[in-house]
Amino acid sequence: MIPRTESAFDFQPRRVAAMMLRYWYLLRSSWPRLIELIYWPTVQMITWGFLQYYIMQNAGFFARAGGTLIGAVLLWDILFRGQLGFSISFLEEMWARNMGNLMMSPLRPFEFITALMVMSVVRLLIGVIPVTLLALLFFGFNLYGLGLALVAFFINLMLTSWAVGIFVSGLVLRNGLGAENLAWSIMFLFMPLTCVYYPVTTLPVWLQPLAWALPPTYVFEGMRALLIEQAFRPHLMIDALALNAVFFAAGVFGFLKLLQSARRHGSLMQTGE
Amino acid sequence: MPAPPAIEVERLVKIYKTVTAVDGVSFTVTPGSITGLLGGNGAGKTTTIAMIMGLIAPTSGRVRVLGAEMPRQRYRVLQRMNFESPYVDMPMRLTVRQNLTVFGMLYDVADLAERIRQLAEQLDLTDLLDRPTGRLSAGQKTRVSLAKSLINAPELLLLDEPTASLDPDTADWVRARLDSYRRERRATVLLASHNMAEVERLCERVIIMKRGRIEDDDTPVRLLARYGRLTLEEVFLDVARGRGEQSEAAQ
Repeated sequence: MIPRTESAFDFQPRRVAAMMLRYWYLLRSSWPRLIELIYWPTVQMITWGFLQYYIMQNAGFFARAGGTLIGAVLLWDILFRGQLGFSISFLEEMWARNMGNLMMSPLRPFEFITALMVMSVVRLLIGVIPVTLLALLFFGFNLYGLGLALVAFFINLMLTSWAVGIFVSGLVLRNGLGAENLAWSIMFLFMPLTCVYYPVTTLPVWLQPLAWALPPTYVFEGMRALLIEQAFRPHLMIDALALNAVFFAAGVFGFLKLLQSARRHGSLMQTGE
Repeated sequence: MPAPPAIEVERLVKIYKTVTAVDGVSFTVTPGSITGLLGGNGAGKTTTIAMIMGLIAPTSGRVRVLGAEMPRQRYRVLQRMNFESPYVDMPMRLTVRQNLTVFGMLYDVADLAERIRQLAEQLDLTDLLDRPTGRLSAGQKTRVSLAKSLINAPELLLLDEPTASLDPDTADWVRARLDSYRRERRATVLLASHNMAEVERLCERVIIMKRGRIEDDDTPVRLLARYGRLTLEEVFLDVARGRGEQSEAAQ
């Protein structure tokens, strides 16, 4: 039997800390990287905030449903930026041609994934916290007023973003930087289907089961229920959590299979497309 | 009883779609030795080394490193080995100290600050420790990569073209450091190169590869005698061009 410390499933916090330190050094050394974290969420929040402000002045329904658009924008940013934060940290290794060094080191895949997950939260918090404060300042929308529901929304959105990020990282590992665009664009496939800005009932009936198969749909429905009807629906969060467990397991399984395939095809030594 | 080989390669084959990169290669490397893997571009040196490191899975055949089957049992031995290759870089935005700290933590090096200080002194990096790696010259970067490859004081060191793109003076300096490390640590070194002077100076044994196969395997002295040549470069040319063709050309 292979001793625990020699197995692929060994988990050493020091190695995770090493990778987090590596990404922290990188963030600290580059102000454009820090600005980029805040820039797009701010632009998006301001654009949609003004749109909501305009609609509220002209439509009774939206007057009642105050904050749904800004809330949707902020929650969408958690989902999108969470995945992007994960993927960008991973891509940094490809861009730096450092993947061979890591794959040849004792770093285990689960430790690498854990470090990427933690860094995605760090990057997200750097980007989103200032934006939530601006939303409060400019539009009077207090995301933190969602209370415990926000915690449930956040956990579910992060789990989905990690599952997608892990799978996309596997694709990049297997196919090289030619697959990099997926990291930037794949989440936009979720945007219409997870019903970020409208209820699921807006979709054609045949498309609705697909929407309900995606965990973020439950979060956005839950957010609308909370803001429009002032009702928190725990069953939506539990359903999302169950689906997220499946998504996460599938993401990790896909990553490990793609890593295996990368070893067979020699992709770990390649750095280009 | 003789010590088990540090590296055992047995009928190793790697086929990429229709291209056979390595074609039935077998050899062993004894512990504490320094072996050169010599060959032109596309000879299969890098693929062979990558399979020994576990970065590439063989199509068939087997590789055992320090007693572990690669790539399946790689986590048994990755802590005890390291490598340097021109196909990978150190993160450029991080300073030399930051890079060595990260890799030292990955290899679980005890008393890391002291180890970095020692390596910096040995490899003449002390004044460069707090400079971003990307702002160093090619020679300085090579020394940093070498420091990374020695951070865990590996028993087995795999080097792929360790002095490529270096000026002769720096290349000679790097070779001297590698040689002294190997002697002090009694480490095993496998060195892939197409720099004949390097192989001649450092290696006790030379494996010459051509088109994915081993063409010859002996000590430099015996190779020179067998081919009736004065330098390994001439031997290499004989092998690369085919000995018969070479003789005809000489006539």
